[in-house]
Amino acid sequence: MPAGTLYRGREGMWSWVAHRVTGVLIFFFLFVHVLDTALVRVSPEAYDNVVATYKTPIVNVMEYGLVAAILFHALNGLRVVAVDFWAKGPKYQKQMLWTVVGVWVVLMAGAFYPVLQHTLRTLFGS
Amino acid sequence: MSAETTPAATATGATDHVSLYDVDNPAPVIEAPRKRTAKSGRASRGNFEMQAWLFMRLSGIVLVVLVLGHLLIQLVLDGGVSKIGFAFVAGRWASPFWQVWDLAMLWLAMLHGANGLRTVINDYAQRDNTRFWLKMLLYTATVFTVLLGTLVIFTFDPNIS
Repeated sequence: MPAGTLYRGREGMWSWVAHRVTGVLIFFFLFVHVLDTALVRVSPEAYDNVVATYKTPIVNVMEYGLVAAILFHALNGLRVVAVDFWAKGPKYQKQMLWTVVGVWVVLMAGAFYPVLQHTLRTLFGS
Repeated sequence: MSAETTPAATATGATDHVSLYDVDNPAPVIEAPRKRTAKSGRASRGNFEMQAWLFMRLSGIVLVVLVLGHLLIQLVLDGGVSKIGFAFVAGRWASPFWQVWDLAMLWLAMLHGANGLRTVINDYAQRDNTRFWLKMLLYTATVFTVLLGTLVIFTFDPNIS
């Protein structure tokens, strides 16, 4: 890396990086998700077959990761809107990021059992 | 300086108040810094980038409601992923409300995501050719996905096979 190009942006830069990474991941999932849902036009068996993959432990954990990515992208996206359209947005961008992180942690804790219950039940019994 | 020194140049040395140039000896034309020439690329596409910027924010706000509602129904409520299957999809798409919900979500999410990836490609693909073909691939995949999804929602048949 050439000298002097390292951007030391703290909260502002890292939230931008996380927004990008989660956005790209969500887009790739969306592409796959439309394709798998299209199987309802083939046959109920074909669709239920692919949904069975979504119910395996590894993919179920990936769904929790998907929820994590979407929740961050959604909450931080609202922060970006506030920074752009609210007069005091730029002034409070750091506080808003930590609010986003706080709300994200609470929602992720709340989503843990509901999202992973299928795997928890199959692995550890009811 | 040689013997050919012009009267104007001589005048500069004599006094600051006499112009270096006159009607018979006009100053060279200096081009405006950002004047469009034969070498510059094509003109900007109006305010497309501003509209794209605005679309990301407006669609984003709507998508927060549509997508988080979708996740809540599919992955959180009523047993999480366990209940999902052909019968569950058929039950939901029996209602025009959820058909419109899913259709709006499909179109907005795909356009929002495609524009996001367009930005990412523009930022990181440095060669003109690479950038062009990556975007062609992106636009092809986007049009295909949106049309396929729309077709599936409109032609869904709960009694198939």
